[in-house]
Amino acid sequence: MSAQDTVRHGEQLHLIRLRVNGIGHDVEVPARRLLSDALRHDLGLTGTHVGCEHGVCGACTVLMDGKPVRACLIFAVSAVDAEITTVEGLTEPDGSLSPVQQAFSECHGLQCGFCTPGFLTTITAGLNENPCPTHEEAREMIAGNLCRCTGYQNIVKSVERAAEITQAKEAESA
Amino acid sequence: MKPAPFAYHRPTTLGDALEVLSGNADAKVLAGGQSLVPLLSMRLAGPSALVDINAIPGLDTIEVTEAGVRIGALARHADVLAHEGVRRVQPLLPEALSYVAHATIRNRGTTVGSIVHADAAAEMPSVLVLLGGSVEAASTGGTRTIAAEDLFLGPLESTLRPEEIATSAFFPALPAGAGVAFDEIARRQGDYALVGLGAVVDGDSVRASYVSVSDVPTVVDLSGVPDDRLGEVALEHLDPVDDIHATAAYRAQLVRVLTKRVVTKAREAAR
Repeated sequence: MSAQDTVRHGEQLHLIRLRVNGIGHDVEVPARRLLSDALRHDLGLTGTHVGCEHGVCGACTVLMDGKPVRACLIFAVSAVDAEITTVEGLTEPDGSLSPVQQAFSECHGLQCGFCTPGFLTTITAGLNENPCPTHEEAREMIAGNLCRCTGYQNIVKSVERAAEITQAKEAESA
Repeated sequence: MKPAPFAYHRPTTLGDALEVLSGNADAKVLAGGQSLVPLLSMRLAGPSALVDINAIPGLDTIEVTEAGVRIGALARHADVLAHEGVRRVQPLLPEALSYVAHATIRNRGTTVGSIVHADAAAEMPSVLVLLGGSVEAASTGGTRTIAAEDLFLGPLESTLRPEEIATSAFFPALPAGAGVAFDEIARRQGDYALVGLGAVVDGDSVRASYVSVSDVPTVVDLSGVPDDRLGEVALEHLDPVDDIHATAAYRAQLVRVLTKRVVTKAREAAR
């Protein structure tokens, strides 16, 4: 608790700084504010979607220091030491689509779109760790995310296409 | 599905954390939070305070010696799973950890947290008991070691006292010539197992430990049991129950099939 902390409706608020997509944000939140809600309500970054709110569906997945985590299972006050990347932070520096975003567009990996932010963050981190996944590894990479349109076939295709795009880009710049 | 209000503490030393806990009978420790936060959100738990230990340095260690593996309270499942030394000294750890939730949850969840959460549907409590490991607990009064067999009392209930923090867990090394295996059946890979088990085969000794079949992790001695009787003998020590996920009869069938499969795999690994 710091000197600036205040009380609202009898509940202690905490003044914290969250680093999201490279930008620091000062927000005042109760300790029970989930990171997913802080991103959406306090920072206006509504790309992070909230589905089940107990860690099953993966729609709220964001990157914390580059690793995918469930934003609904972390309190915002607990995320102060981390660099957070949301789906809004995945585009290339020049504003063009990232390989995973481009692959979703090409392979129709996006259906109703609700689960898409969680898939995009999960796959982005998954391909960083394993740039050339087998078909089975591509399926396993997305096993923790639910798509309520059950569009998994095209999402697996998107994982494999994103790996191709990344490799082609690397070959081009080499 | 939001947690009720609680006071939040983020101490930077273990001493400060223990000090807060000693004055707060219903405070809870927050490490990875991957099991605790859902309980809070569903309001199945409502502690007055959370003591977040994530800012305390030195708790995220993974120490490997010839005697075994000591895992600090803030070591994430993913880091234990990826650790080459852990794989060499106690291969059952990575085998079982690959079944702990999904990769995304393993990035934040801690192995020690999963143990002291004491869920009989979780893999790591079962593995700790099977291997005869222990947990180191600290309080303002000092530290003590709790043997795995004395740790689990019932569903989500352990002998860890409210004023204590589990600072590490110790898993003994696998003896030379012994073999281990782990397998489970779940509706979706990474979800809670309908039934899971780990097995250790060491010479004539065969032991298996079950997940999601009883209220506390249950180890069954299967030494000297013929292969076609493994499942039946295991079921004499287990009491599978019906729930929304599976019938008791189906769980019993999974015990029969998986016990033989896992013991066979452990035997092959021992060669």
